Amino acid sequence: MSDFTVAQPRPLPARPTKFRRATEESPLTRVTLILLTVGGLALLVFAPLLVVFAEAMADGWATSVASLGNREAWSAIRLTLLITAMAVPMNAVFGIAAAWFITKFDFRGKAFLITLIDLPFSVSPVVAGLCLVLLFGANSMLGGWLVAHGYPIVFAVPGIVLATVFVTFPFVARELIPVMIEQGRTEEEAALTLGASGWRTFRTVTLPNIRWALLYGTLLCTARAMGEFGAVSVVSGKIRGQTATMPITIEMMYNEYLSVAAFSMAALLTALALITLTLKTVMELRLSDQLSATRRH
Amino acid sequence: MHIDIDDIAKDFGTSTALLPVSLSIPSGALVALLGPSGSGKTTLLRILGGLEFPTSGRVLFNGQDATGMTVQERRAGFVFQSYALFRHMTVFDNIAYGLNARPRAQRPPKAEIARRVTKLLDLIQLPHIGGRYPSQLSGGQRQRVALARALAIEPRMLLLDEPFGALDAKVRKELRQGLRDIHDETGLTTIFVTHDQEEAMELADLVVVMSMGRIEQIGRPHDIREKPATEFVRDFVGV
Repeated sequence: MSDFTVAQPRPLPARPTKFRRATEESPLTRVTLILLTVGGLALLVFAPLLVVFAEAMADGWATSVASLGNREAWSAIRLTLLITAMAVPMNAVFGIAAAWFITKFDFRGKAFLITLIDLPFSVSPVVAGLCLVLLFGANSMLGGWLVAHGYPIVFAVPGIVLATVFVTFPFVARELIPVMIEQGRTEEEAALTLGASGWRTFRTVTLPNIRWALLYGTLLCTARAMGEFGAVSVVSGKIRGQTATMPITIEMMYNEYLSVAAFSMAALLTALALITLTLKTVMELRLSDQLSATRRH
Repeated sequence: MHIDIDDIAKDFGTSTALLPVSLSIPSGALVALLGPSGSGKTTLLRILGGLEFPTSGRVLFNGQDATGMTVQERRAGFVFQSYALFRHMTVFDNIAYGLNARPRAQRPPKAEIARRVTKLLDLIQLPHIGGRYPSQLSGGQRQRVALARALAIEPRMLLLDEPFGALDAKVRKELRQGLRDIHDETGLTTIFVTHDQEEAMELADLVVVMSMGRIEQIGRPHDIREKPATEFVRDFVGV
């Protein structure tokens, strides 16, 4: 006879216990979070956007478009596009240089340099603008000399470009640094051992590897450059038809109760930003595809 | 090419990677730098390839001082541990990279480059993968492509950093024989870094055992196994 008994299976409970994954929240928490997010977005993002476009169209399409046609508005649009076209390439080059320097070399004070690149994010744009006025204004030594030789910086286009470059400086570098850290240096080293010069290595190996991140950073930088108000308003002097960019013109029109004109231009600026963001989102999809396709095992 | 390492030392800021080491490598030898991680073997390999510069000491190629020679001038075929294939280029373009990078006067014509790449693909026994991207290859295939890419520049020596490190045991055995065959066929002075004593003993003509930035013993595999010079070597090769 056997000394042991076989354990009988216990009958299953009538209803199986409901298990929840460890990372899953209770339904109440989930609903609350979703409502908070959607509500916040609707109130803070969608509603203002709708209002901008609705106000712009208040007197109909024709009035709205006509308000953008006058000389002053036209000059503001041209100036903003010009400033963006100058500031963004400069920041793309600076950003690549900074990211290259930080990720490909080891040196003391690297963390400090990264903090420095982030500085424009934490410094108020108005303060940045004031610094430029102090440095290049007609009362400073440097500024006085430049004005005397016919190259005014402050209250002129160069000052606006400088202010915009300062405020949007981190965007490209910030996008590139993590990508370049992730990719490491070995591909560049391989190119060098194969006889490629430094410039050829950069052109044929580094640049293709960072191209999506670079485009992405550049687009963010563009969106921000077009909309910059604080620093630019300090250095531009707000001269109508000369140094008034789109955001500054919007403010001036609004203060003069030219509501349709102000909102029409605001709608245009918003549309430019939305186009940029759409491009960015498309880019993001490509970027994630590319990252997952080329990630090392 | 005959390589002499003359009292090479390397500091990285505060830490010492290599104490002064000396080593003479005869032309056409297949040499293993064997040691645990942190023994300085990879640093020594990178100094030979021109990717690091020594703090002191000299490197001689065929008796001529090459210490200050740039990485491009050295023409060392370097195979990286992670292979470092150019991920945005096809296998063909990867292998052709070094030839395309030559100054215009020395660059072979397109047809000649294509012929050489095809020949190298045959040599690594992967004739039909020229159009693929590195991400579409297995680990063993990537390693062989990296080897072909290094051979394409007609190197004066072949330097390999843990060439079989990331592969499974079966592929590793096959590729070992592959490297041996390529070495015998080309007659290139070949130096590879490994932490696997079995790999070193089986593949190399000459084994250099390293530890803590020092060379513990230099010898043929048989001698190292039979007559370990130090306690460390005895331990590490497990006799």
